[in-house]
Amino acid sequence: MSTTGPTGSAAPAAPAHSPGTSGRMRRFAALVLKESTQVVRDPSSILIALVLPMILLFLFGYGVSLDATRTRIGVVMEAATPVIRDLAASFQASRYFEVEVGQDRRQFEDRLILGEVRGIVVIPAQFAAEGAGRGTPTIQVIVDGSEPNTASFVENYAQGVVSGWARMRMTDVTGGTAGQPAISVEQRFWFNPELASRNFLVPGSIAIVMTLVGTLLTALVVAREWERGTMEAMMATPVTAAELLAGKILPYFLLGLASMTVCVLVAVFVFAVPFRGSVLALYAVSACFLVPALGQGLLISAATKNQFLASQLAMFTGFLPSFLLSGFLFEISSMPEIIQYLTLIVPARYLIPCLQSVFLAGDIWAMFLPHMAVMLAIGALLFVLAARNMRKRIA
Amino acid sequence: MWRTRLRALIVKELLAILRDPRGRMVLIVPPIMQLVIFSFAATLDVTNVDVMVLNRDAGRWGVELIQRIEGAPTFNTVATVDSLDALQAGIDEQSAIAAIQIGPEFSRDIAAGRPAEVQIILDGRRSNAAQIVAGYLSRIVNTLAREVAPANPNIPDLQVVPRTWFNPNRIYQWFMVPNLVAAIALLVGLVVTGLSIARERELGTFDQLMVSPLRTHEILIGKVIPPMMIGTVHITVYILAAVYVFGVPLRGSLVLLYGSAMFYLLAVIGVGLFVSALSATQQQAILGAFLFMVPAMLLSGLATPIDNMPDWLQPITLINPLRYFLEIVWGVFLKDLPPEEILADTIPLALIAVATLGTASWLFRRRME
Amino acid sequence: MTAAAEAPDLVRLEAVSKRFGTAPPALDAVSGHIRGGEITGLVGPDGAGKTTLIRLMTGLMQADGGRLEVLGFDTGREAARIQRAIGYMPQRFGLYEDLSVAENLRLYADLRGLPKPERPAVFDQLLTFTDLKRFTSRLAGRLSGGMKQKLGLACALLRKPRLLLLDEPSVGVDPISRRDLWAMVDDLTKEGIGVVWSTAYLDEAEACDRVLLLNQGKLLFAGPPADLTARVAGRVFKLAGGNGQRRRVLAAALDRDGVVDGVVQGDAVRLVLAPAEDEAALARQVAGEGHRIQPAEPRFEDAFVDLLGGGPGGRSALADAATPLPMEDTAPVIEARGLTKRFGDFTAAEDITFAIPRGQIFGLLGPNGAGKSTTFKMLCGLLKPTAGEGRVAGFDLRHAGAKARNRLGYMAQKFSLYGDLSVAQNLAFFAGVYGLSRRRRRERSQLMVEIFDLGPHLSMSAKDLPLGLKQRLALACAVLHEPEALFLDEPTSGVDPITRREFWSHINGLVEKGVTVLVTTHFMDEAEYCDRISLIYRGHSIALGSPDELKAQVAGPAAPDPTMEDAFVALVRRSEAAVAA
Repeated sequence: MSTTGPTGSAAPAAPAHSPGTSGRMRRFAALVLKESTQVVRDPSSILIALVLPMILLFLFGYGVSLDATRTRIGVVMEAATPVIRDLAASFQASRYFEVEVGQDRRQFEDRLILGEVRGIVVIPAQFAAEGAGRGTPTIQVIVDGSEPNTASFVENYAQGVVSGWARMRMTDVTGGTAGQPAISVEQRFWFNPELASRNFLVPGSIAIVMTLVGTLLTALVVAREWERGTMEAMMATPVTAAELLAGKILPYFLLGLASMTVCVLVAVFVFAVPFRGSVLALYAVSACFLVPALGQGLLISAATKNQFLASQLAMFTGFLPSFLLSGFLFEISSMPEIIQYLTLIVPARYLIPCLQSVFLAGDIWAMFLPHMAVMLAIGALLFVLAARNMRKRIA
Repeated sequence: MWRTRLRALIVKELLAILRDPRGRMVLIVPPIMQLVIFSFAATLDVTNVDVMVLNRDAGRWGVELIQRIEGAPTFNTVATVDSLDALQAGIDEQSAIAAIQIGPEFSRDIAAGRPAEVQIILDGRRSNAAQIVAGYLSRIVNTLAREVAPANPNIPDLQVVPRTWFNPNRIYQWFMVPNLVAAIALLVGLVVTGLSIARERELGTFDQLMVSPLRTHEILIGKVIPPMMIGTVHITVYILAAVYVFGVPLRGSLVLLYGSAMFYLLAVIGVGLFVSALSATQQQAILGAFLFMVPAMLLSGLATPIDNMPDWLQPITLINPLRYFLEIVWGVFLKDLPPEEILADTIPLALIAVATLGTASWLFRRRME
Repeated sequence: MTAAAEAPDLVRLEAVSKRFGTAPPALDAVSGHIRGGEITGLVGPDGAGKTTLIRLMTGLMQADGGRLEVLGFDTGREAARIQRAIGYMPQRFGLYEDLSVAENLRLYADLRGLPKPERPAVFDQLLTFTDLKRFTSRLAGRLSGGMKQKLGLACALLRKPRLLLLDEPSVGVDPISRRDLWAMVDDLTKEGIGVVWSTAYLDEAEACDRVLLLNQGKLLFAGPPADLTARVAGRVFKLAGGNGQRRRVLAAALDRDGVVDGVVQGDAVRLVLAPAEDEAALARQVAGEGHRIQPAEPRFEDAFVDLLGGGPGGRSALADAATPLPMEDTAPVIEARGLTKRFGDFTAAEDITFAIPRGQIFGLLGPNGAGKSTTFKMLCGLLKPTAGEGRVAGFDLRHAGAKARNRLGYMAQKFSLYGDLSVAQNLAFFAGVYGLSRRRRRERSQLMVEIFDLGPHLSMSAKDLPLGLKQRLALACAVLHEPEALFLDEPTSGVDPITRREFWSHINGLVEKGVTVLVTTHFMDEAEYCDRISLIYRGHSIALGSPDELKAQVAGPAAPDPTMEDAFVALVRRSEAAVAA
C-alpha cells in the first residue's frame, strides 16, 4: 500500500458502485417502499389523508349550503280580503319560503331583529282594490341586511312570487295572454338546473382535500425526517438529491390521487353529485394539480425543517388560499383587483373550475388544457425552488 | 401568597408568548392575514362579472337592451358572440357566467305589442353567483318591459318595494367584518391555549410547574387568564378596525359585547385546554385546534346561514360557541339588540364554558396521574 | 512519514473552520488526521464542535475555511464519492421508527447498493454481530436505546465502509451496551476500517487509539490519549480516611494553591496536584490524622482539566450563604416505601424502598428506561404510584399542599427553564411561584446573580445561553427558595468538566449545610459523589449501598480495584443470571 495516500481508485472495501440505472431504480424503489410503509403505519398520515378529507367533505356536503331553500319570512296581511289571501297563499306555496302569516307588521319586526325571520312581506290594505286603476299597489319587502346574501335571495324570490302570482291572476281574470309582460325572461341554468350549491361545493372541496394531502402532509413528513435526523442519514448514503425528492413525491402523489378517488366516490354515491365528464379528465387535472401542491409541500419543509413551522406555513399558504382565493366559495371577480392578481398563483384556482366541470358539465378540454398548463408551470417553479433549498446539504 | 404565584404565572405566560418569535408570529400574522383576506376577498357579493350577448335581432330594442346591460355597473365585460356554438363554448369555458340570447323577432314582437322573449343562459357550476346575476339581468329586462309596454289598464303595475334593514346598501363587509371579531377570538384563543401547554410539555417545564407549590387549579387559572387577555386585545383591535377602517356602524352597547365576549373566550379557551390536554406536542396541538376550528367555523352561520343546513344537522350547531357569539356580534354591531336578548345568547356560552373548562380540568387531573 | 506499517491517513484536516451566523466559530482552524485501522476519539463537551466536524467529513456541510480531504477526495467537490465509501451514524441513529429492524436494514441495503445475492449472508452476519436476530420484526421505535444504536451501526456497516463515522454513539445507552458496542467497533478496526467515535464522556477517550480533543471549537490536543495523560503522571493521588468528611476534605484541598483538580471518589478524594507539590504535607493539612494518601492512575479527565488550567476552587458561595438546617433531626427527609408503577401490563418500577436521612446525597443509578426516572417522578409527586408511597419531609407530595412542595427544589434533565424568558425573568418567575416576599425575592435573586455570575447575561433569553450558564441558571432557580430537599435529574450530562466540578462544589456545600439530595444519573462520575446508591435495573432495585460497598461487592482477584462502571456491569450481569436461574 502506498504511503502517499489513498488517492487512487475506490478501495476494495467499497467496490465500484453498480453504475447506471439499475442502482438508481433500486434506490428509488427502496425509498418509495419505505415512504409507503410509513404512511400506512403513521396515524397522522391517515388522519390527514383519510379522516380530515371525510370531515371536510361531510361539512361541505351538508353543513355549508348557499341554497336559501326554506327561509323563514313573515307575511303581513293588512286586510284579509280574498285577493290578499290569495297572494299570501302564493308565498306559502313557494318552495323557498317557510311562511308565517300575520295581521300586524309589528309582530314580525321584533323577530326580524332577533333573526328569527329573515324578511317581512307587507301586503297593504289598499291592495285589496283589485284591478287597480287607483294608483300602483305596492308590496313592501323588508329584509335583514345583516346577512346580505340571504337578503338578496329573499328579495329576488319575493319578487318572483309576486310577478308569478300577478301573471296567473291576470290570465285567470282576462284570459289569454293579457297577463304576459311585454318582455318575458326565460332563465336556463345549465349543468345544475336544480341549483344545488352542494353540486359545486363538493367538487370544489376535493381540491382542498388534495391541498391537504399534497401540501400539508408532504411538508410534515419531510420536516419530520429533518427533525428526527433520518434525512441526514439518508444524505450520507449514495442517494442523490433527485432520488430523495422523487422518492418522496411518488408515494404522496399516489396518496393524493387515492384520497381524491375516495372523495369522488363519496361525492357521487353519497351526495349524488352528477358526474358527466370522463375519468381520464378527472385524473389528468388532478395529477396536474398535485405537481404544484407537492412542490409547495417540499419547498415548505426544505425551508423550515421543522414540523411545527411547516404545519403553520402549510395552513397559511396552502389550505387558506385554496379555500378563500380559489373561487371555491367566493367569486374571484368580486374581490379587489390586487387580490385578484394574488389568486393567479393559487393552484387550486385552476383546479376548481376543472373539477366542477368534470362533475357537472363534462370534458371541456378547451378549458382544462390551459389550466393544466398553468398548474404545471407553477409546479415546475416550486420544484426548482424546493430542489435549490434541498441540495444535499445540511446547512 | 396565591396572588404572588398567580401573578408570576401570568407574567411568565405573557412573556413566553411575546418573546418567542413563533409566538409573536402566531399572534400577529394570522390575525392580519385574516382581517385583510377575509374582509376583502371573502364576499358573496357578485360584481365585475363577464357576460355574453347573442343578438339575432336586427331592430332597435335588441340594441337598447344590450346598451342597458353594458351600462349597469355590475358587469365588467359584455362580449358579443354571433353563434350558438360560440355562446356554448363561452359558457363551457367559463369566459362568461351568463349569456343573453335575443331572438330575431324581438323588436318586431315589441313593436307589435306581442309578448317578446329573452333567454338567459347561466352557468350552474357557480349557481349562487349565477342566481344573483340572473336577478340583476331580470331586473334590467323588466324595467325595459315596463317602459315599452303601453299602460294597460287591465294589468296592475305591481310594484315590490324592497327595504333593507340594518344594512341598507347590503354591504357585505358589514356582515363579514363583525364575523371576524368572533373568528379571531376563536383562532387566537385556541392556538395560544393549545400551544402554551404543549410547549411546556415539550420543553419539560410542565414538570417544573407541577413540583412547585402551585396547585392544579392555580396552574389552570394561570393558563386561562393570559389567552383571555390576548383574546380581548385582538377583539378590541378588530372592533376598532371594523368601526374606523371598514365603517361598520356600532349601534349597540360595547359593555354588553365585552361582557358576553368574556364568556365566549372562556368557552373557547376551555376547548383549547381540552385539545392541549390530549396532545403531547405543539404540532399535535395545532392539528387538534385545526380539527375543531374548521367545523366550528363552517357550522356557525359565519360562512353560510344555519337555516340552510339540513334539519338533522342544525341541532349540532347548538353546542358551537361561535354560533351564539356571532348572533351577539351582529346584534351589537348592526341591530342594537336589547340586553335581554344578548343575555339569552350569553347563557348558552356560559354553559359551554362551564362544560369545556370542567372537562379540560378533569382531563388534566387525570393525565397527571 | 515513518514506517510503511503505519496506516494511511483516511482524513486530513488542514486549518478547517466553520462558523454559524455571528456566534463564535463552531470550529476554529482545526488540523489533524484520522487513520485507518484505529479508533479515533472526537472528544469534548457539548458544543465543542464534534458534530460539525463529523458533518464536514461526510460532505453534508461545507467548511468556511481550510482544506478537508476524506479518502483522498475533497469534501467540497467530491462529496458523492465520499458518501459512497463511508458509513455514518448520526446522533439519534438515523433510523425510521415506523419501520421494523429488517425493513430498516433492507432500506439501507438498497440505498447503499448491496447486491441481492450477498444480502442474506451480510444481514445474518450483522444481526448476529449486533445480537438483534430475535427482534427483526420489531419496529425500530420500540427498541431500547442500546438496541437502536446497534441497529444504527448495522445500517452504517451494510457495505463495509473504509471510514465509519459515529456521532455520540453512547448517548442514552447503558454501560453494558456501550461495552458491547465498543467491542464490535474494535473488531472492525482489525479489518483496517478507520472509526471516528465522538463522545462527551472523557472515560471513553482513554480507550481510543488516538484522540482529537475539542473545546469550544478549538483543538486542544491530538494524539494517543496516553500522551495527554502523561502530563499529569505522578501528580494524581487518592486521599482516603478523612473520617467520612470527604466533602469537607475536598473543599479544603481545592482551596489550596497546589491543588489543580479534585473530585469525590467513593469514600476517598481524588486529587491532581501542581508539579512539585508535596502530597504528604498537603494530606496532613487538609485531612488531619488517620489519612491515607497514595498515588493513583492518571485519567484522561485529569489531564483535560489540567490542560484547561485546573478546576474551580472548593468553596461554594451558595452554600456559604445558605442557612444551616438542624442536623439533629434524624428522621429521613426523603423516603420511598414499596414504590411500584405499572403502565398497563408493563411494570416500570417495582417495590422500590429506601430512606435518605438529612444531609446526604442519594443516587438512583441505572440505564435509560430502567425505571429510575419513574421512581424519581413518583417521589416528587409527578406520577401517582400504583402501589406504595413516597414521602418528602414527611409529606406525600401528591396530596400535600403548597407548603410541602415549597420545601423541595427540582432541576430537570436538559435544564428545563423557560427558554424564551430572559435570565432575570426566569429568576423572577421562580421566585414568584415559590411565593417569596417582595424583599426576599429581590435579595435572593440578587444573591443568585452574584454567586452564579449571571450579571452580564441578565437580559439574554435562557435558550441562547451557553450550556454551562444554562446549568448554573437551572441550579439557581432550583435553590432560590432554599429548599430542604433537592431533586436532580441527570444534572450534568454533556456539561464540560469545569462546570461539572463547580456544580458539585455547590451541591457538596449545600449538603454540608443539611440539604438532602436525590439524584438520578447514568453517569458513573456523578455516582461517585453519592453517599448511597440504589442501582435500578428493569424496574427493580438490584443493589443498595455506598459506592465503595457496591464496588467491594464485585471486587475479586481479577479486578481488585473495580471502577463504578465495572461494579455496575457486574451487578447487572449478576442480577440477570439470578433472573435466568
